Amino acid sequence: MGAFTRHRKSRLIIANFTGFESDLLRSLASQIVELLRNEAAVPDDARDPFEAMMDFSGPTSEPEDPVLQRLFPTAYLEDDEAASEFRRFTEGSLRDGKAAAACTIIDCLEEAGLPPELEEDGLMIDVELDEPTAETWMRSFTDIRLALATRLGVEDGDEEIWDAMDDDDPRAQAHDIYEWVGWLQETIVEALTA
Amino acid sequence: MANVSAASPVEVEPTLTPDEITFLAKPWVTIVWNDPVNLMNYVSYVFRKYFGYSEAKATKLMLEVHNDGRSVVSTGTREEMERDVQAMHEYGLWATMEKAT
Repeated sequence: MGAFTRHRKSRLIIANFTGFESDLLRSLASQIVELLRNEAAVPDDARDPFEAMMDFSGPTSEPEDPVLQRLFPTAYLEDDEAASEFRRFTEGSLRDGKAAAACTIIDCLEEAGLPPELEEDGLMIDVELDEPTAETWMRSFTDIRLALATRLGVEDGDEEIWDAMDDDDPRAQAHDIYEWVGWLQETIVEALTA
Repeated sequence: MANVSAASPVEVEPTLTPDEITFLAKPWVTIVWNDPVNLMNYVSYVFRKYFGYSEAKATKLMLEVHNDGRSVVSTGTREEMERDVQAMHEYGLWATMEKAT
């Protein structure tokens, strides 16, 4: 359940989720929103304290959280000053864009009938997305996957490790979710190019 | 942008070859690096959508990222490359920029 397809007549990108799946997606998207808002985007550098205080245009140093480091990579590998400037001018709007994208997922699911608290069994949620909204979901799925992969320590060619892990291991369960979101994302890309 | 009929104030050194002129005008590159997370069809979709590349070119660049660990995905002025890097970060790709070598 959950694969995205292109509806032939309306051209909308559609998918059908169980209540459980929708609730899971909402919870993942909410965590992205919280993560982006928690570690404030404030300057943290070794300049004159007053000068630093008077400059609240944006952060200049790498975030501490490894997930945020991956979401906002350093743009200049060999020029710290240029990297700080780039970060100051871009990280704020990147954060806002990623938080807004995650909120779009939450809003779409709730507009499609997902209640604030999932209680009812057998609830099905149909989402119908126009192209720009489907793209927003696709981008936010990337952020969710990057966050999960960074927490899990996912590496190239490590599939066997995850396959061999005990089903009860919470890491194995988180990895299953990571794979599921990847599969969903792949079907959005296919639907968008169909 | 409006059309300007006056002569361009920029004078190009007549001894430069076209390649040298391009190099001087576009001295920066955007590099996308391989990561274990992003899916191949997603990366190639982003290259098509954002840069407007053909499917063949987008696939070629995506495979370079996948096989060689990195690929130069665009060339231009420093300001243009800052825009491209920011856009790649919006899409969750790991991108950096540097002076063309």
